Amino acid sequence: MFYREAGDFKTSYSKDNQTFPIKIDRVGYYLVLLVAFLVVPFMLNDYWVNAIFLPFLIYSIAAIGLNILVGYCGQVSLGTGGFMAVGAYACYKLMTTFPDINIFFHVIIAGGITGLVCVVFGLPSLRIKGFYLAVATLAAQFFLVWLFNRVPWFYNYSASGQINAPERTVFGIEVTGANTEAWATYLFCLVFVVASAWIARNLTRGMTGRKWMAIRDMDIAAEIIGVNPLKAKISAFAVSGFFVGISGALFFAVYLGAVEVGEAFGITKSFLVLFMIIIGGLGSIFGSFAGAAFLVLLPVVLKVVGVDMLGWPTDMVAHLQLVIVGGLIILFLILEPHGLAQLWRVTKQKLRLWPFPH
Amino acid sequence: MSTQESYVTEDGRTIGPTVMEMKNITLRFGGVKAITDISFDIREGEIRAIIGPNGAGKSSMLNVISGFYVPQEGEVWYKGKKRPPMKPYQVAEQGIARTFQNIALFEGMTVLDNVMTGRIRQMNAGLLSQAIWKGKAEKEEIANREAVEKIIDFLEIQAIRKTPVGRLPYGLKKRVELARALAAEPSILLLDEPMAGMNVEEKEDMSRFILDMNDEFGTTIALIEHDMGVVMDLSDRVVVMDYGKKIGDGTPDEVRSNQAVIDAYLGVAHD
Ligand SMILES: Nc1ncnc2c1ncn2[C@@H]1O[C@H](COP(=O)(O)OP(=O)(O)OP(=O)(O)O)[C@@H](O)[C@H]1O
Ligand SMILES: [Mg+2]
Repeated sequence: MFYREAGDFKTSYSKDNQTFPIKIDRVGYYLVLLVAFLVVPFMLNDYWVNAIFLPFLIYSIAAIGLNILVGYCGQVSLGTGGFMAVGAYACYKLMTTFPDINIFFHVIIAGGITGLVCVVFGLPSLRIKGFYLAVATLAAQFFLVWLFNRVPWFYNYSASGQINAPERTVFGIEVTGANTEAWATYLFCLVFVVASAWIARNLTRGMTGRKWMAIRDMDIAAEIIGVNPLKAKISAFAVSGFFVGISGALFFAVYLGAVEVGEAFGITKSFLVLFMIIIGGLGSIFGSFAGAAFLVLLPVVLKVVGVDMLGWPTDMVAHLQLVIVGGLIILFLILEPHGLAQLWRVTKQKLRLWPFPH
Repeated sequence: MSTQESYVTEDGRTIGPTVMEMKNITLRFGGVKAITDISFDIREGEIRAIIGPNGAGKSSMLNVISGFYVPQEGEVWYKGKKRPPMKPYQVAEQGIARTFQNIALFEGMTVLDNVMTGRIRQMNAGLLSQAIWKGKAEKEEIANREAVEKIIDFLEIQAIRKTPVGRLPYGLKKRVELARALAAEPSILLLDEPMAGMNVEEKEDMSRFILDMNDEFGTTIALIEHDMGVVMDLSDRVVVMDYGKKIGDGTPDEVRSNQAVIDAYLGVAHD
């Protein structure tokens, strides 16, 4: 079977606008969805879910959110950890204040709240860019963590200062708390991932996405041809915050269950998600997934190969991981700013011509 | 003749009343006077050229019209009303589109997306509708894509519509930028040296596009150009600037025989 678009003629603009214009891609995409929803849940155990699937899914949402801001709109942010914390604490407060409302809505509203907070901290972007904006968002990161540590109302005055996710169900099946099943938490997160990716894709292929990219590529020209820079940047911060907030809420409620803010949502989290989109590909939804998968899998693979198979000491493997990630970041920034997603595109382009490269 | 009455040109096009009027514009950058007390008007349906040696203040004048520079003195009148101070995007919303002397395309986007960006004014579906790609957003996207495809056909850039702009050669970029401006269906189209750096063939193509645009869509055009042959062929009326001052204004023939203009061009080195 050749990877081809020949014979796959577009007869309308809506068909030409599809997310996957090539038939094999489209079929492949539905296949992945089918496997993700109908096959994977039956094969999961606790180890797989906790070590790989939940972090992959949840970081994918965060990476999509950050990619909208950085990759599509060109606004730097080092505050992702802090914004994930907003999602987590908003979700916690909602879960404990309105226990009768379904957690599904709590997560979405937590995303909305994070979107608003993100807009507030994004306001400086109207005046400052690049390095200075990065510093401003870094300040947001430290401020938010400090705030959630310092104001007991956020953690319901608990003695430990931690927040703990109470048990909540969807259709009678527990998705948070101590007694969850692997497949249930996985499916709950998967629904959010698919919806997030779909919404992000729709926004980025339409007028909103074009305005973001116009601001990213040349803000002055964008304004002169009619892009309102205020609205474009604010909407990018809002949408980005929405997704990051959802990921923070899931990270706390479904994945960790209990959170100490500085530990779970510190500055390292901000960098981790940023590295995901740099390695995966700036300005690409697929790249957000690729980057999240890569950085979630890397430590697992290194541990299996290095520690378990080769018998290296654990701390050496941990250091090796840092070296690999650092090296890759530099490599991608210099050689391929569009990351793994671009490598994938180039491969597909070659396949399209194969076996007759001329 | 009064500027409020329409007239028909020799080649049969109708020139309407004044659509934009610059009144006594003065623009300073610190101590540098880029524009000194200049007034001129643009009439509906005409091709209005602005010429002058390097540094005369031509681009600055377009930037004043775009709302990118705010003049220290003077007024801009548009469609019979004095224009209040405006941001550039508000000027664009009023139907004034432009191209730039140094191409200002969105390099990371495809040709199609660049041209589609020109249709901001025509597309205003809400965020929610766009998020689910249903209703207004979807309809709008298709309708505007059709309009944009017509412009892509018109400017003969069909073959590159899915190419990222960053990979195009200079001449094609200029054309894509024109397509983006034209996609806005502007009341006034401002072109800053649309033919700079082009070879003779490309210049001929571009001249043809500008004339056809004006003829077919009735687009009012104000353009800056250094090539005198092109200016004399294309334009209905010409403003001549030198050192920020207006030294001539009239039909190509009138301007050509104006002594001040001749002096400026002979006295100042230019390319
Ligand atoms: N942003 C700015 N700050 C300071 N001075 C400026 C600025 N923009 C233009 N100028 C000055 O204003 C004068 C007019 O410049 P402008 O670019 O309008 O000339 P021009 O007629 O378009 O020239 P060219 O044919 O070279 O494009 C020049 O002396 C230029 O140095
Ligand atoms: Mg100029």
